[in-house]
Amino acid sequence: MTEQNTFRSVLCRLCRENKLAVFSAGVILLFVVLAILAPVLTPYGYDEIVNAANRLAPPSAEHWMGTDEVGRDVLTRMLYGSRISLLVGIVPTVVSMLAGAVLGILAGYLGGRVDSIIMRLADIMLAFPSMLLAMVIMYTLGDGIINIFLALALVNWASVARIVRAETLKLREAEYVEAARSIGVGRFTIMRRHILPNCIPSLIVLFTLNIPSAILSESSLSFLGLGIQKPMASWGLMVNTGRQYLYTNPWLSLAPSVAIMLIVLAFNFLGDGLRDVLDPHLKKQ
Amino acid sequence: MEKTTLNVEHLCASFFTDHGEIRAVNDVSFQVPKRSIIGIVGESGCGKSMTARSIMRLIKYPGKIVSGSISLVGKELTALSETEMSNVRGEEISLIFQEPMTSLNPVMKVGKQVREVVLLHRRVTKKEAKAEVLRMFEKVGISEPEKRYECYPHELSGGLRQRVMIAMAMICRPKLLIADEPTTALDVTVEAQILELMKNLRDEIGTSIILISHNLGVVAELCDYVHVMYAGRIVEQAETFELFDHPRHPYTVGLMNARASLEQQQTVLDTIPGTVPNLAALPEGCSFAPRCAQCGGRCHECVPELTEVLPGHFVRCHLAQQGV
Repeated sequence: MTEQNTFRSVLCRLCRENKLAVFSAGVILLFVVLAILAPVLTPYGYDEIVNAANRLAPPSAEHWMGTDEVGRDVLTRMLYGSRISLLVGIVPTVVSMLAGAVLGILAGYLGGRVDSIIMRLADIMLAFPSMLLAMVIMYTLGDGIINIFLALALVNWASVARIVRAETLKLREAEYVEAARSIGVGRFTIMRRHILPNCIPSLIVLFTLNIPSAILSESSLSFLGLGIQKPMASWGLMVNTGRQYLYTNPWLSLAPSVAIMLIVLAFNFLGDGLRDVLDPHLKKQ
Repeated sequence: MEKTTLNVEHLCASFFTDHGEIRAVNDVSFQVPKRSIIGIVGESGCGKSMTARSIMRLIKYPGKIVSGSISLVGKELTALSETEMSNVRGEEISLIFQEPMTSLNPVMKVGKQVREVVLLHRRVTKKEAKAEVLRMFEKVGISEPEKRYECYPHELSGGLRQRVMIAMAMICRPKLLIADEPTTALDVTVEAQILELMKNLRDEIGTSIILISHNLGVVAELCDYVHVMYAGRIVEQAETFELFDHPRHPYTVGLMNARASLEQQQTVLDTIPGTVPNLAALPEGCSFAPRCAQCGGRCHECVPELTEVLPGHFVRCHLAQQGV
């Protein structure tokens, strides 16, 4: 008999088998705490010009990461920027997962015309390079964080729907689904009570793997000037503005770049660890 | 008062594949008298499970019922809409599957899964439904029902899971229970308990049972009436004792001989030579002819009819009809 994926057993196995994933979870948690506590941790405001005379200052006791081109504290902006990055990582991913899961289950379970319509729509979405599509949406809708959420959710739902549909096709042949039908359970109840809960392991993995790509997309959009607008702080935006001083004051770009790298790696390692634990086939290899 | 629970007449069901129509159930007719247990026996792929699924209207695509009538206490099931059929399933007919390991949703507590049936078919509160489930758990011999109610399927043994499945199937007191090889995946002691349980429930609730099995021992023990299927057709039907004492169809005789016997010391069991014919390319004439040791000229020419050779004993064989 296979070991079942109860929440507790997954946690235990994760701790036992994959120290890196646990460490990554710790890093993510640390970022979340820092983002929440940003106003408490730093005496400066994110758009406060603390030292107009001392622009582009190197790291010092007062400004641990120095100041930027208009004299703002870089560490402060990093902390506030992490709020944007985490929000942009999580909100559009949640939205796209929900939409993708619902559409994927409908397509997979109902089949026929519903399946064709939903999956052809998904194919169309996937046919565009996702960055390009996000850029087009941002151009059309204008700047702003809500629009970033929308753009990234629109770009990402299709791949989720594909995976969930595949999972549903497998699950609908399961004997317990047939057993449920044989006692008279309706189609929508079967989808909600029997198929969706069994898709959750895949969804968790997908969730942790989609967050870093959303964070990266936001950074790229902001870097290109299509995302977060000044004077708000976002890591991608900071890399972009720091670019001009790369040779003289490299920390301006380097600090947010390292932060992006850290959080993306942390989410990826956690996602990989979860997948290894939740997917017994992969583990054997 | 109606005497028969289920009346199946000239049922044909086929799979429509790229290679043409494959007739898995071919002109099958039988009755299930009230409070009786009838058995359907045959090799893998002979159409027994397909017959069961046809009655439940649960055939998977690309399978379809082609023609025939299935009537449950006067209600024609083939004419019902999908929604009406949903109400019949679980309430009037239930199905038990052969694999208790995979027939329960692994992420749902078993109590809740059984309760789902009650909530679907009865206007009761969740609390009343739970009480009903606990009563049923006790009836099917699940010890500590309160504790088991909160268990997930993987925490239960195979026998317990099959008991849960039976509880689920019987909780609405259906008129007909179809058990598709209910004990194949269980070990022998548990098998005996489960069979005993089904018998008791029949006596207590008055449900008629169709038992599908390839195990002749199980059928002999439980059934009042037996139908032997081969390549989609019923080839012999008779009362259990009559069939076991005087099998007439060469296929039935073959099945009986293929069992291990305690009286005769055998080192090698008898087998029926050959394999089940490809349903897409059935031989002309009797479908058993290519494997039959006694087949004669007519067997290759036309399909024998199911004829009554003795009162209540039907055989589909040219030779048996001639009294050979």
